[in-house]
Amino acid sequence: MAVGQSVPRVDAYAKVTGQAQYVGDLEPKTAYFAKIVRSTIANGRVTSIETGEARALPGVIAVFTCFDVPDIQFPTAGHPWSTVPSHQDICDRRLLNARVRVWGDEIAVVVARDRLTAERAAGLVRAEYETYPALSTPAEAMAEGAPCLHDEKPGNVIAHTSFHLGDGSFADAAAQPGAVTVEADYAVPAVQHCHLELVHACAWMEHEKITVVSSTQIPHIVRRVVGQALGIPWSRVRVIKPYIGGGFGNKQDVLVEPLTAWLTTKLGGHPVKIELTREEVLGCTRTRHAFDWHVSAAALPDGTLLARTYRAYSNQGGYASHAHAIAANAANVFKQCYRDRVSLDSESYTVYTNRPTAGAMRGYGIPQGCFVTEALTDDIAYAIGMDPLQFRLKNCVQAGYVDPHNGITMHTYALDQVIEAGRRAIGWDEKRAAYAGQTGPVRRGVGMALFTYKTGVYPISLETAACRMTLHEDGRVSVQMGATEIGQGADTVFSQMAAEALGVTLDRIDLCSTQDTDVSPFDTGAYASRQTYVSGMACKKTGESLKRKILDYAARMLNRPADGLDLRENRIVDETGAALLPLEDAAMEACYSLTDSTHLSAEESYHCTDNTFATGACFAEIEVDLPLGRIKVLRLINVHDSGRLINPALAKAQVQGGMSMGLGYALSEELLFDENCRPLNANLLDYKLPTAPDTPRLETIFIETDDPTAPYGNKALGEPPAIPVAPAIRNALLNATGVAVHSLPLTPQKLIEHFRAAGLLGGASHV
Amino acid sequence: MFDIQRFTAASDAADAVRLLREDPDAVLIAGGTDVLIRIREGKLPDAHLVSIHGLPELTGVRRTPDGTIVIGPATPFAVLAADPIIQTCLPFLGEAVSRVGGPQTREAGTVGGNLVNGATSADSAPSLCALNAQLVLRSADGTRTVPITAFYTGPGRTVRRRDELLTEIRILPEDYAGFAGETVKYGKRAAMEIATLGCAVMVRLSDDKRTVRALRLAYGVAAPTPIRCPQAEAAAVGKPVSTALADEIAHAVLDEVNPRSSWRASREFRLQLIEELTRRAFRAAVIRAGGAI
Amino acid sequence: MLKIIQMTVNGQPVELAVDDREALLDTLRDRLGLTSVKRGCEVGECGACTVLIDGKAIDSCLYLTMWAQGRSILTVEGLRRNDGTLDPVQQAFIDECAVQCGFCTPGLILTALSLVMSGKAYTRDELKTKISGHLCRCTGYENILNAVEHALKVHS
Repeated sequence: MAVGQSVPRVDAYAKVTGQAQYVGDLEPKTAYFAKIVRSTIANGRVTSIETGEARALPGVIAVFTCFDVPDIQFPTAGHPWSTVPSHQDICDRRLLNARVRVWGDEIAVVVARDRLTAERAAGLVRAEYETYPALSTPAEAMAEGAPCLHDEKPGNVIAHTSFHLGDGSFADAAAQPGAVTVEADYAVPAVQHCHLELVHACAWMEHEKITVVSSTQIPHIVRRVVGQALGIPWSRVRVIKPYIGGGFGNKQDVLVEPLTAWLTTKLGGHPVKIELTREEVLGCTRTRHAFDWHVSAAALPDGTLLARTYRAYSNQGGYASHAHAIAANAANVFKQCYRDRVSLDSESYTVYTNRPTAGAMRGYGIPQGCFVTEALTDDIAYAIGMDPLQFRLKNCVQAGYVDPHNGITMHTYALDQVIEAGRRAIGWDEKRAAYAGQTGPVRRGVGMALFTYKTGVYPISLETAACRMTLHEDGRVSVQMGATEIGQGADTVFSQMAAEALGVTLDRIDLCSTQDTDVSPFDTGAYASRQTYVSGMACKKTGESLKRKILDYAARMLNRPADGLDLRENRIVDETGAALLPLEDAAMEACYSLTDSTHLSAEESYHCTDNTFATGACFAEIEVDLPLGRIKVLRLINVHDSGRLINPALAKAQVQGGMSMGLGYALSEELLFDENCRPLNANLLDYKLPTAPDTPRLETIFIETDDPTAPYGNKALGEPPAIPVAPAIRNALLNATGVAVHSLPLTPQKLIEHFRAAGLLGGASHV
Repeated sequence: MFDIQRFTAASDAADAVRLLREDPDAVLIAGGTDVLIRIREGKLPDAHLVSIHGLPELTGVRRTPDGTIVIGPATPFAVLAADPIIQTCLPFLGEAVSRVGGPQTREAGTVGGNLVNGATSADSAPSLCALNAQLVLRSADGTRTVPITAFYTGPGRTVRRRDELLTEIRILPEDYAGFAGETVKYGKRAAMEIATLGCAVMVRLSDDKRTVRALRLAYGVAAPTPIRCPQAEAAAVGKPVSTALADEIAHAVLDEVNPRSSWRASREFRLQLIEELTRRAFRAAVIRAGGAI
Repeated sequence: MLKIIQMTVNGQPVELAVDDREALLDTLRDRLGLTSVKRGCEVGECGACTVLIDGKAIDSCLYLTMWAQGRSILTVEGLRRNDGTLDPVQQAFIDECAVQCGFCTPGLILTALSLVMSGKAYTRDELKTKISGHLCRCTGYENILNAVEHALKVHS
């Protein structure tokens, strides 16, 4: 049994020895360095660009400006293509843009023999602008008279959707005898992925074939978008994806690949590379969407949740990228966690602003939606004086839940067990009792938050994946997946699945980590926590298919029917399990037989038309130093139902990493801007990722269900761990201090302001 | 590859001083953790660097027969913190420089560079201000000694002329003997930080450990330059050690500090930190001095 | 300007011409092909380019190659034996599942190695401080700390 075992990662040896190659380790030494010239305003129009000085610098190969690029608009979101035009992503940018919509917009590019020359030359390019007021927030962008960022979207609203559930209204619910209501604004800031590897691509052209080596999660989508952006047949583009140093959704967007590819076409096919700086990655690629909400809830004193309303404004930034898909997902989690007995009213806006373009980031709207959902849940429980865990048990969705809009079904359910496991692990009841009525400058609290998370994107988008396996003459099997390894361990779990499906030991599997769109099977890539569920099924199907072929061949060799044969632990066995033939003997014969040479390989695709919910919760215990505004996390426990675990050790590691990201979202991470939308802290000193001493022990608990729709009972795991941590810590703060903070992050300065307003600090305010 | 026009490695301090005099565009580089970042940011275009990296003459800690502690300015933070003289005589200085950035930065960055860059957030500055450090500056014209309290002239600015080399950081015996000290760095996270506030408190108690004989209070990021609070220091002398005194000192310093608001932190927040951290650092220093509070 | 320097890299004497504007990061990657040394921020904030210089963990992005004259440089390429056997620190990172995307891994292994070579014992909290010059976005540091503890235990 390979599935279910904590086997070491298949790529660990390469990574601890420095043998693992990333884009920067592979690119041709002769590659030119392309440096993007970025706008020094966030909203306006380039009226002219002076490039003479830059061109004159020795070592400069070429300079291209926004007036030189093809008149083609293209999308960048890492979504599957849709053959239905109305479902296609918004095409709202060119390779370089004269209409400036973000600070640092790409207005020109300098190509030079070396990086230093390119950077110096980029500094010599002078642009003149017509400048418009910078729009920081959806409210500013939606205001009367605000400048329009894209002609296609007058008023700057990309999309506005709403729905109503239930027979009554919020007013009906609020009018019920004894009903208690809360109503408030909540907000979360833009944050950034901070994958350790920078954004990096290199391209060259042989005859008409353009090869792009890129640090991406989505090689097949990159191929398509490069084709779109350059206006050429997609298969003229070949995308190679080597090891990548993390992505977390930023690389589920097409970033520098189209420009890199276009440059090589303009320079006779010479290799050209773009490697962004950390400052560019933080300030000029993608962010997680900032949200502003106005929400309300009504409940009865016995804890019955009656009704909620939800109004969300998602700050898209200057370009559409993933656009309203994020806001729609955030609204979904509000709906998919709790049962409103009377009504739920929900509306969401996604709005262009001049902030950096927001895109996919680990959780895809759910971390935001979970924050507002779970903060509101604690706030209504607090208002009626009920233990928030009991309130959740009373109101959370039940087994068999089916989303009323998209039909996604909880095929397996363990949310109640998840809550109970966390409750026991953290000592919830004892601690809630112990921490009641605290006074003094240092106080403790416990809090929790839960979430639901669908697995993959069906039925909103296409789910499709493919796998190919080849039996080699020594009895080893090479496996090619279209699905990508981005650090999460995909290569390892697919190796385990392949071994399991085939009936061979793991050491017989050689999984090719690299995707090459000219060679690799198709897959849309790493996002939506979809790969073990969707691509895993392609892997399983392919393994089963190859196994049938092997058994058919062995049957011919053994001169007995294939029906009774099986492949187990590298041997062809009969019904009793008795070994008849080593796999390597069958493989050698199949290849070199003088009478029956058959090359045994299999390729299967899987079109997934189902989905299922993973669930989980975070439990946090904190200590608050009131006079310093400091939260110390004492315990942090994530409990997950991600179905059956393919590799428990890797699953645990994945959860720990997600918890760390959630910890940063809770306490310290936010991109800051001045009033002109210029980033203030686009570096790793001022943008506060948690360091090791900031991180408590990360405790993980799994409740394993066995989902019938999955290849091996598994459900989403990649993104969920990052989701519930921030609201759990926020709710622990409420428990510790009685102070409800309505926005992230919970920075000391913000807490001091809240504590002072609540009268917890005493003394006069320092004004 | 850095945008450097000229790089010259000085063979010793005299050579460095000569190179600085000969080339009016020359800039000193020691550990590199500040200067190379500024070059990368384009703030020193076409730099002419004179490297004093690792010069033995400028590195290490020694004690003179009269008890003066002499710190070589090119001493990396990690070396300073591990030095037996520092651990014995100035443990709080070692602790303060152990909070600079991260471990790799502390292996490269130097205490002298931390001072001459003029930053109010420099992690060594509050301690060295509290210690009345004497800074020896050498140029082709000779040497002069400047007390650290007269060293800073504004944000990023000091009295050091471009062609002067900081050759020694001297701590006189009367500035450390009998004192106990405590430093605090308040940052938004536990490592890899620039100080939101830095604080150093030194206290000398009476023989019975019940009365304050001398007090030194120094801050970083509480004003445009590192500062002392002489009035609050003087007011505490002769007073009995108590929590009330801690509160009194914490309030008194608020009249002498002048933090500014920036996107990193508001003035009001920094004032809250100054008050609270002064209280805590004073208590800790008293305990280190053998007192009870 | 090109200048000749001599240093020891992964145990081997090296003499080469380098531009005096080069960071050690550039020299190791571009001239010596030691691509385990990763570029993550170039300003000493992420630790991905950490190498050992005379046994001390240093960010090679902020270290001029000219300063390496006469010094001994170690990268993870220098840890593996010719027969493929790993250093116990490398093996600990595999055994403790401390590797995910792998980009911070070489630098962290070198810092861990410097701790092992120090011969000292460390508490978990001390280890957190000792590795605090490395950012990792994948692991939450939990398994990295386990790996460092494991390596220290094997060594002692």
